[in-house]
Amino acid sequence: MSDVLGTTHLLGIDALSPADIELIFRTADGFKEVLSRPIRKVPSLRDVTIANLFFENSTRTRISFELAEKRLSADVVNFSSGNSSTKKGETLVDTVNNILSMKVDMVVMRHPDPGAAVFLSRHVKARIINAGDGTHEHPTQALLDAYSIREKLGRVKGVKVAIVGDILHSRVALSNVLCLHKLGAEVMLCGPSTLMPKYAEHLGVRVSNNMDQALQWCDVANVLRIQLERQGGDGIGFFPSLREYAMLFGLDGDRYRRLGKEIVIMHPGPINRGVEITSEIADGASSIILDQVENGVAVRMAVLFLLAGGLERGTANK
Amino acid sequence: MQALSILESGAFDLTVRRLCLELIEDRGHLGDTALIGLQPRGVLFARRLRRELQQITGDKTITYGELDITFHRDDFRQRPVTAIPGTTALDFSLDGWRVGLIDDVLYTGRTIRAGLDALLAFGRPRSVELMVLIDRRFSRELPIQPDYCGRSVDSIDGQHVTVEWKESDGQDRVLLNQVQR
Repeated sequence: MSDVLGTTHLLGIDALSPADIELIFRTADGFKEVLSRPIRKVPSLRDVTIANLFFENSTRTRISFELAEKRLSADVVNFSSGNSSTKKGETLVDTVNNILSMKVDMVVMRHPDPGAAVFLSRHVKARIINAGDGTHEHPTQALLDAYSIREKLGRVKGVKVAIVGDILHSRVALSNVLCLHKLGAEVMLCGPSTLMPKYAEHLGVRVSNNMDQALQWCDVANVLRIQLERQGGDGIGFFPSLREYAMLFGLDGDRYRRLGKEIVIMHPGPINRGVEITSEIADGASSIILDQVENGVAVRMAVLFLLAGGLERGTANK
Repeated sequence: MQALSILESGAFDLTVRRLCLELIEDRGHLGDTALIGLQPRGVLFARRLRRELQQITGDKTITYGELDITFHRDDFRQRPVTAIPGTTALDFSLDGWRVGLIDDVLYTGRTIRAGLDALLAFGRPRSVELMVLIDRRFSRELPIQPDYCGRSVDSIDGQHVTVEWKESDGQDRVLLNQVQR
């Protein structure tokens, strides 16, 4: 097993090796224990400054990263594009370089454009962590999903995971497929044909349009959110109506009971209750949705800790 | 260069036993004492101490925990490889306990500094005392001294002290190695 990450930025799952992922998980185990202590804070990153740059809305990921950073004792600055100079026409590289000139060592960035994190890593001198770039990747979400499966089932290798819903617009789906494959899981993508990307079959996954078959096949169902903001208005673009979507692809109590077996239910959030999943299932005994959120902090602490490990004191900005 | 053995089976057992007796002599009883071993090698010593203390006192309920200090180290970004965390098994609050902090070798004092820091995340102990099997004198970088010490060793920078345990390494002994540069 490797004891150093094979990458200096976390831009996507693509660049991680299975050994890297295993290292992140082992480190996250340590942080899970830290998070259960009476004082949930360690001094590891106390001389590191991290900028959280969110050019797109986020609640869970931003809070999760911020908590992870604060529990590692890092200094944190937050930025969201709503009230910034990007609105005045400043370019991404200029914005980030301005922030870096104030001596920031690491950048956590969410951006609506695919490839924004890779672009940034080539043009600025700081460690970059991709917190979601458009429809491309969301690596920490995939890591925490796989970590949660590992925690719940004791392994990832050989587990059958169905990723259900709006695959086309989902960076979570792509990162999950890459991560699960690296760890030896089998993956099926399931959703309406209009929300299935053309490249799906090249990912080496099974593809299905039948929700019941997908659920019957899998051990774990990761139900994705219908991204209403990317559907062109009120969802008319990709399927006739939310009601029809819920009937064909929504996970409700009746559909779950018809399976006649237990499967693990996951959802990366935020949930459209009554559309892709009903409250009965989301809050039910098979759901590990809140465990995912809890594990998210530990996994992000591990990523920050391991990336900062290669950071020489005070040199990131020189 | 061959490793020099500085403590072996017979004397090793006696030393561990003496430390147990010293602890009992000082405290009278162990009802309010918690033994905390530091990962990775201090826990091997702490487990042995717990077993010995149980035999001597006949009391099977010695309070015991294991603490990993990886995230509290002050040098984690200066090491060539990232430290991989060990397991912390400490499921009680240390509020009010008299803690015996246990490690196998005391060298620069930095591990103990990190251990004290990590310890305080579990509450406010009434007191903390340090017990080590080997004290490498004259090599301290911080003002930290042991309260209980098995044996003091005068060693120089290029040397390395290794404690081996029957349970994990096959036999009880302390070795002084010359590190190749």
